[in-house]
Amino acid sequence: MTVLDLLIYPDARLKNESSPVTVFDEKLHQCVAELEETMRAGPGGVGIAAPQTGIFQRIVIVDVSIKPKIKHHGCLILINPEILEWDGFEIGREGCMSVPDYTGNVIRARAIKLTAQDQYGAIHEYDMEGYEARAVQHEIDHLDGLLFIDRLVSRRHDLFQRKVYKKSNKKTK
Amino acid sequence: MLTLVGQDQSGIVAQVTQALYQGGCNLGEASMVRLGGNFTMMLMVNSNVDESGLAAMLSPVADKLQLHVHLDAIEGRLHQHPKTDVCINVYGADRSGMVAEITARLAAAGLNIVDLSSDVGGVDQKPIYIMQIEGVAEKGMAPLQQALDALQQQYGHEFEVHLSPIDTLIM
Repeated sequence: MTVLDLLIYPDARLKNESSPVTVFDEKLHQCVAELEETMRAGPGGVGIAAPQTGIFQRIVIVDVSIKPKIKHHGCLILINPEILEWDGFEIGREGCMSVPDYTGNVIRARAIKLTAQDQYGAIHEYDMEGYEARAVQHEIDHLDGLLFIDRLVSRRHDLFQRKVYKKSNKKTK
Repeated sequence: MLTLVGQDQSGIVAQVTQALYQGGCNLGEASMVRLGGNFTMMLMVNSNVDESGLAAMLSPVADKLQLHVHLDAIEGRLHQHPKTDVCINVYGADRSGMVAEITARLAAAGLNIVDLSSDVGGVDQKPIYIMQIEGVAEKGMAPLQQALDALQQQYGHEFEVHLSPIDTLIM
């Protein structure tokens, strides 16, 4: 197995848009396996997009199962993923293997409905929320040449209070 | 570390950084904010010039804009960001001693503060104090929550304190 080299910003290729996958052959399976290996070798390692390794095809892998006590689908191999629906928003802190030593606050949809093909070309639909939804949105951005630093919101005046606010709301109802 | 204070006016950042650039300096991380009517700057500057050379480089712009400049030699490198894992928000009626009391309890419970910003708002007769702290919970979240619960018990609704984890997702 091979751990692929990661493109590191300011490498301009991270801003490239990736093309849809049209051939679901052994070569694709090999590529997916190498991407997963590369993802697991990284710090955190909950997601990777093919363009982070210089492969400009719409392939994403997300696996947030290492985070305790959250809903997830295990290891997701998402080929040509598309978000169909967005629901709510949340601020969260993100980092990226292609932007080392920096983390920042990003607003993402709290929950999404997603369609994607698997590595054999079959189409699946997923409903996901929280970390998994955040990771998928972050990785799909890579396919469109977007980094989380394109979506930064203020660190100083962030909205971490929002969660607490929601909790206390429930109590008073 | 360049520390600079002066009455706020537009163009301070542009003129100070231009002087540094023309003097061959490279700028690092910075924190700049308006406090009261003052503009304040803390800026890491990398330069081959020593402190007196930097002071001379800045004196024309400092004199023109009436800025107080202070320089300290420091060590600064890449990859020195501590990973903050806790955010604490405090607000309440403004009264003296509040910051000292809260931060003393948090420090004893293992909080290392990385970033703190505070504002005074409200009306003149009854100002309110709002503080946001980010830091590293060196003994975990539980002692911090206990410290805040104790504070809340002691002071009731004089002020509100909320603690939330910062869970960074690295992808």
